[in-house]
Amino acid sequence: MRRTVFPHKVLPWLLLAPQLAITLIFFYWPAAQAFRQSVLKEDPFGLSSTFVGLANFRKVLSDPNYLNALQVTVVFSLLVAFGALAIALFLAVQAEKIIRGKGFYRTMMIWPYAVAPAIAGMLWLFMFNPSFGTLAWPLRQLGIQWNPLLDGGDAMALVVAAATWKQISYNFLFFVAGLQAIPKSLLEAAAIDGASRRHAFWTVVFPLLAPTTFFLLVVNTVYALFDTFGIIHAVTGGGPGKATETLVYKVYNDGFVNLIMGDSAAQSVILMVIVIALTAFQFRFIERRVHYA
Amino acid sequence: MARIQLHDVRKSYAGQEVIHGVTMDIADGEFVVIVGPSGCGKSTLLRMVAGLEEITSGQVSIGDRVVNDLEPRERNIAMVFQNYALYPHMTVRENMAYGLKIAGMSRPEIEAAVARAAAMLELEPYLDRKPRQLSGGQRQRVAMGRALVREPAALLLDEPLSNLDAKLRVQMRLQIRDLQQRTAQTTLYVTHDQVEAMTLADRLIVMEKGLAQQIATPHEVYTAPATEFVAGFIGSPAMNIFTVTCDDSGLLLPGGHRMPVPGLAARGEVRLGLRPEDICLVEDDSPAFPVLLRSIEWLGADAFGYGVIEGSDVQLTLRMSGQTSVARGDRLRVGLPADRLHFFSTVDGHRL
Amino acid sequence: MAARGLARTMAHFWMILGVIIVAFPIYYVFIASTHSVQTILRPPLPLLPGPEAVANYTEAFTGGVGRIGGVSLWLLLGNTTIIALGIAIGKIVISMASAYAIVFFRFPFRMACFWLIFITLMLPVEVRIQPTYKVMVDLGLIDTYAGLILPLIASATATLLFRQFFMTIPDELLEAARVDGAGPWRFFKDILWPLSLTNVAAIFVIQFIYGWTQYLWPLLVTNSNEMNTIVIALKKMISFADADTPWNLVMVTSVLAILPPILVVVLMQRWFVKGLVETEK
Repeated sequence: MRRTVFPHKVLPWLLLAPQLAITLIFFYWPAAQAFRQSVLKEDPFGLSSTFVGLANFRKVLSDPNYLNALQVTVVFSLLVAFGALAIALFLAVQAEKIIRGKGFYRTMMIWPYAVAPAIAGMLWLFMFNPSFGTLAWPLRQLGIQWNPLLDGGDAMALVVAAATWKQISYNFLFFVAGLQAIPKSLLEAAAIDGASRRHAFWTVVFPLLAPTTFFLLVVNTVYALFDTFGIIHAVTGGGPGKATETLVYKVYNDGFVNLIMGDSAAQSVILMVIVIALTAFQFRFIERRVHYA
Repeated sequence: MARIQLHDVRKSYAGQEVIHGVTMDIADGEFVVIVGPSGCGKSTLLRMVAGLEEITSGQVSIGDRVVNDLEPRERNIAMVFQNYALYPHMTVRENMAYGLKIAGMSRPEIEAAVARAAAMLELEPYLDRKPRQLSGGQRQRVAMGRALVREPAALLLDEPLSNLDAKLRVQMRLQIRDLQQRTAQTTLYVTHDQVEAMTLADRLIVMEKGLAQQIATPHEVYTAPATEFVAGFIGSPAMNIFTVTCDDSGLLLPGGHRMPVPGLAARGEVRLGLRPEDICLVEDDSPAFPVLLRSIEWLGADAFGYGVIEGSDVQLTLRMSGQTSVARGDRLRVGLPADRLHFFSTVDGHRL
Repeated sequence: MAARGLARTMAHFWMILGVIIVAFPIYYVFIASTHSVQTILRPPLPLLPGPEAVANYTEAFTGGVGRIGGVSLWLLLGNTTIIALGIAIGKIVISMASAYAIVFFRFPFRMACFWLIFITLMLPVEVRIQPTYKVMVDLGLIDTYAGLILPLIASATATLLFRQFFMTIPDELLEAARVDGAGPWRFFKDILWPLSLTNVAAIFVIQFIYGWTQYLWPLLVTNSNEMNTIVIALKKMISFADADTPWNLVMVTSVLAILPPILVVVLMQRWFVKGLVETEK
């Protein structure tokens, strides 16, 4: 709370107006529409709609395709979040040990952050393209069957790799910052207490990194849920079959390709609930962190 | 330059009154210090004069204008803040010139004014530095310069020396006093430090709990404190204050000692105030009461003795000469200077 | 001491491996963009730049890309730049304005406004695709720059960052400025803006990347190829099943889609890292 402020009464509203207008028009109004549509059923020509209560939700939640998408999403998100966090943490810990060349490594590590997810996906598909991908070629030489365009498991592996690759930079930057914030005296104390480096890492560094890790876990989950749409759309289109159809991809597909509005809206609402739950989760945590900080 | 008048100035936050009506007339060119413990409302009062806090009721005038509803910049005041509040991205020169620039002064005029203020404060070598390249004392001088360069109607200072170390504080105190006398600038100065208050002020406002306990010259405040609070707050070491009973013949002290004091107006229980330096050791057989000396602090020219009145647990501080030969554990015979006694009401603390 | 030296050598080894994994795909695209289609299609691809660099880039810029996607590479780069800059600058302007209002003024419903903006963190485009699309249609914003930019410039993140930064400005600085005679505009222009530059730079980088890498939104609100961003155009150019894809030109386009944001990030690294790590706290 500031002690001193400007006394103007109208000016702040003028300053807020653009943001509020955009927020209301492009955020709240559509969100409200999604809620409305999720309880309506439109006739095929879109001329009239009737209130159907929770029927759309019931239909969506009992749809095997939806449950499949849910499962795909969970698997995909877990793999991406865990993979990107583990690799980034490992590299950040290595970077901490280095004295000379830290800046160089960081510069090199940042690059993927600037690459669009869709392009990341295309790069990986290009490298692992079964017919001419340079990295698919050694696999074939080794006699490994590899075809992400036909095999669901291969396709999943590819999109997970691309999505993970892109997220490593971001996590790396945060882990490096987090590690730097840990007072060196604590590590020295642990060393004097006779802890090995490995032991000191798991008993001192890792617990102190917990806030960063937790924050990144939420961010990575949100990333895997939403931002990876581009990867899926550009690389697999949800296929082969529905092996890589995530929840977000399905919302898009049902709403824009298959034009099933009620279902799509119900799915949107479910997604919204997931995001709100994640954010609330994060918030409770942040509150706690502020409390202890 | 102008006089400042406060008339029954009050401030409330969310219905809670924190300044309970302060009335004062500050003459043109006068140096007034508001002093009090933290939370007494002294800064709030200053900020109300500055226009940084709204005035809940009452009236503030600067010069001949009522300024209650004017913005700070329309009041023609300048202010020095405790943490200086220098603009970190501007050089010393730019910091000092900023207010003049906004006021629309021409470039040569600004330059002349800045040069004048810089010369006065010996800031010329630092004009092109940024605040972070300056020491604490230099920053403090820049803050002063930024205020003085405007030649305001009133100069307001909010604990301007409290971020400096002790030695620098003494230097700057002298410099501020000297500057104020040279410029004859009407000045309102807030501090919690009674030494600053006593040495700088033409007049003091001693505040406690949102009330002006006393408005008077330092001498008056010291020799005739208006309330028990003022008596205890001003003076170091603090005044001895304890409860005694008055009757026709004199005082009944704690521990049952009776001291004849002729011509007392007060009757019954009152609070008696005794400055440590006013207490005298009695060597002849004139009236005295016994004090057991618990410890002694020798400071060179002076020595402070700390004891209790025999037969009670009332503590007494005595200021003695550095040449004194008394020692810890001595039983002293102490007399009361009849003309230096301060009496305060046990009910409201007012001077009797 | 020897153990520590070994640990450091190992650390370098892992970092180099990490950098190879992270940078290889990008390097690989660049290499591919300097080879002919035939070389690209016959794996493995050489690890060094080929002789076709000049030819490929010249062809791509002089209409090669246009023949595949119907739009010239220049237009794609232009569109993407306009959108990325529009989003970055737009966000900075409106979120700074709203954070300024929330921090430096008192007015009824101030906190309600803050929450209204804050909650939008929980409403990513993806969860409200369809109804937002309908709003765009109703407002006639399909296939317009406004349609591509406006919905993306309201951002709780940037507002939060500015709010947080503004709250660290000491009260006395504002008071000194007010005593010096500065009103809201002067205070902003002379004091707050110069002090915010680092934050502005950080947000600019983050939002420029955000704008440049948009995918779902441009996919939805553009029908005409003329409005394509380079990312969308690239997706449209690639058909892995189709043997006729001019891979050399696709690779040139990929390089150009990746390069500008990478340059922005690397060149503005110092502010970007600070801003990124601070935004999320």
